[in-house]
Amino acid sequence: MEYVNVFITGGAICLIGQILLDATKLTAPRILVIFVVSGAVLHILGWYEPLVEFGASGATVPLPGFGYSLAKGAMEEAAKSGLLGALTGGVSATAAGIAAAVGFGYLMALIFTPRSIR
Amino acid sequence: MSNRRGKQSIVFPNAPCIVGAAAVGGVKEGQGPQRQWFDFLLEDDIFGEKTWEKAEGKMVKKAIDLALRDGRTTEAQVDLLLGGDLINQLMIANYAARDLQIPFMGLYGACSTMTESLIAGSVFIDGGYAARAVTAASSHYCTAERQFRMPLEHGNQRPPSAQWTATAAGSMVLAGNTSANGDALPGGDIVVTSATIGRVVDPGITDVNEMGAAMAPAAASTLLTHFKDMGTSPADYDVILSGDLGNIGKHILMDLMKKQGCPLAASYNDCGAIMYSSEQDVHSGGSGCGCSASLFAGRVIKEMRQGRIKRALLMSTGALLSTISAGQGESIPGIAHAVVIERKGGQQ
Amino acid sequence: MSKAGESEQKKKQKAKEYEAYAKEFTPKPAYVANGIKAFLTGGAICCAAFALQNWLTGSMQLEEKDAKTWVTVTLICTAQLLTGFGLFDSIAKFAGAGCIVPITGFANAMVSPAIEYKKEGPVLGVGAKLFSVAGPVLVCGIFVSIIAGIIQLFR
Repeated sequence: MEYVNVFITGGAICLIGQILLDATKLTAPRILVIFVVSGAVLHILGWYEPLVEFGASGATVPLPGFGYSLAKGAMEEAAKSGLLGALTGGVSATAAGIAAAVGFGYLMALIFTPRSIR
Repeated sequence: MSNRRGKQSIVFPNAPCIVGAAAVGGVKEGQGPQRQWFDFLLEDDIFGEKTWEKAEGKMVKKAIDLALRDGRTTEAQVDLLLGGDLINQLMIANYAARDLQIPFMGLYGACSTMTESLIAGSVFIDGGYAARAVTAASSHYCTAERQFRMPLEHGNQRPPSAQWTATAAGSMVLAGNTSANGDALPGGDIVVTSATIGRVVDPGITDVNEMGAAMAPAAASTLLTHFKDMGTSPADYDVILSGDLGNIGKHILMDLMKKQGCPLAASYNDCGAIMYSSEQDVHSGGSGCGCSASLFAGRVIKEMRQGRIKRALLMSTGALLSTISAGQGESIPGIAHAVVIERKGGQQ
Repeated sequence: MSKAGESEQKKKQKAKEYEAYAKEFTPKPAYVANGIKAFLTGGAICCAAFALQNWLTGSMQLEEKDAKTWVTVTLICTAQLLTGFGLFDSIAKFAGAGCIVPITGFANAMVSPAIEYKKEGPVLGVGAKLFSVAGPVLVCGIFVSIIAGIIQLFR
């Protein structure tokens, strides 16, 4: 049953993305930004937490989940250590993901060359 | 000004000849329906080079080399090289010209470069300012894609209106009737007789994936002006071939022409629409300088030599956008230049 | 001034009309098929992530927080590896937002321009281009997180 919730939540978020891709002229990078920012904003409003409780990975794996983690980290740290926490919280909560993307990405780019036809 | 007709058209009384022509195509182009018309097909789009830009440069040089050989002309005999491509500051053409040592003028007309350089070359030859000139235009999917759109490996879906930049190059060798020291040149029976220089028309399209729609009004403007200036109609041409409007742009142009009371018949087609088959999943068709350049230099010239076409109206179309204008949300201006090529002396 | 504004408006009106006219000739995207594909792939990726997380907390006895981080790292590395092998864009062509919207899309957006501009060197090519598409995501995300933290201070 948990898996059904995960599937539905994750699928639905991606479906929204697909509709944005097809029906608007928004390009992929803009959609990525919109999703991350909207995840953060939804968490500020307190509306993303229930979605995470319902959909678990279905809500955290898509990009709004990244925005949610950023906002959540910043807010938790801010509550603990004030303004400095507001600055450090977001990045430290997502540091592993960002570092992995940068480090592994750099490595991949050094190893592989682009291909022509797909 | 006796060689001008109307406001935008010119005629060439000294009839510059197209003595040589060649087309080079990439892998995908070689898998398409136009395969037989290419003089040389790449086995790999990187063409043994380190970068895509170098590969495109090698491709355009190959096209020029084959065109010169086809026209039995040597590099030293050529007075002028005219050409261009899509990459910033005409990188490809400039570097190809560096290796060729022919007096060179780079031209940018986006995908309209082939007819633009044909017109300029014909003017030089007709006026006696050059005895032989070479025109060339190229595009490469991998160089254009990353400059104008997204990185190759970036996961995205192309909308139905998107066009596929052709990996192709075309080159033609133009020659006049007399050489620099007054000797008669052998010439040929395929001649450039008239041309219409297009105006920039901007219908206000801002989406870089709707190039066909952005260029169609410019194409209609050039066609209508051409028929008016020259006193001809679509029926006077065996073939009317536009550059790279793609399937969508082609149908918009046909509709615009019909609305202007000048419908295009079955003799009309578009290089972008015929470059690939529908199974090749290129959505609206091909685009890029090389698309029309390779089909004009490859297919049209060959069909003329075979006697199947006597009079062709060729019109490359260009979308004059830059990465800066697209980033700033500017609309995409279109342009189209038309050239009439005829085969002299009736059937063989 | 008002005349210039008027002609500007007329131009915009004309552009809009032409765009609508051009739309008539443009085939519609396959909304339903694309939507289903995105839904299924997106759901599947999230389920795979959930299964991995359960395995990490279960068999590997990791804490949930650490397990989640490992899941994110795994997804990112997998997506980047697939990008390197030139498979990600083929998957994305099928799945669309189904693999662009999960964190995999972010990972791909980072590594794809870096591979593309490799020839410009390890510093200004790979180093700078890692952030050319994905940079805005980090910038906007971190910016909003700071605002979120500040808002928290006043709660």
